[in-house]
Amino acid sequence: MKFAIQVNEGPYNHEASVSALNFTKAALEAGHEIFRVFFYHDGVNNGTRFTSPPQDDINIANSWSALADKHGLDLVVCVAAAQRRGIVDQGEQERQGKDGNNIAPGFRISGLGQLIEAGIQSERLVVFGD
Amino acid sequence: MSILHTVNKSPFDRNSLEACVRLAAKGGSVLLIEDGVYGAMKGTSKSDMVTNAMKDLTFYVLGPDLKARGVDEGKLIDGVKVVDYSGFVNLTVENDKAQAWL
Repeated sequence: MKFAIQVNEGPYNHEASVSALNFTKAALEAGHEIFRVFFYHDGVNNGTRFTSPPQDDINIANSWSALADKHGLDLVVCVAAAQRRGIVDQGEQERQGKDGNNIAPGFRISGLGQLIEAGIQSERLVVFGD
Repeated sequence: MSILHTVNKSPFDRNSLEACVRLAAKGGSVLLIEDGVYGAMKGTSKSDMVTNAMKDLTFYVLGPDLKARGVDEGKLIDGVKVVDYSGFVNLTVENDKAQAWL
């Protein structure tokens, strides 16, 4: 079955990011397809490569990147939410005149239409949040 | 049409579980995850609400989240079923929609 996942909460906030990550892994293990993971609101904070939690702690951003690399996941960060929270890719860096970018590997910044499309194209939309 | 309802906050913190059981249609399923698992415990001020709702809804609780909080399965309301993440995925497949009560 085709799934879309929506993540509304940042990492290390409560538990939604980890729940979404675990659900996505379990769905892939069961042979389902993940059409897209859409990061909205504080969820965009999952998409920075600059997190460096203690070594005995889970690195949530890296875990998403590793999962995307392994399974070719489409990890999409909402552009308006990202701009507010300082999540920047190359394109946004140039457009906003920033001195760097921080998007994590496997993530891309795009618009809310990507969430709508994911909802239409997928058979289930599962939302994790605060 | 059946709906899987997920509740991720403790009923002692938010009213999402209460809203869910009040509005969920008969035949639906409720999966308690994260701090929501506290809603599955027996002997609390919310237990009767859940027990009454079980006439119309099937209740599940996410095992790993119970374990993370040190809640023994023996403390659960009778009839609440424990599932793992694979069971969570199956519940989303078996139901027509998944509704998160955030």
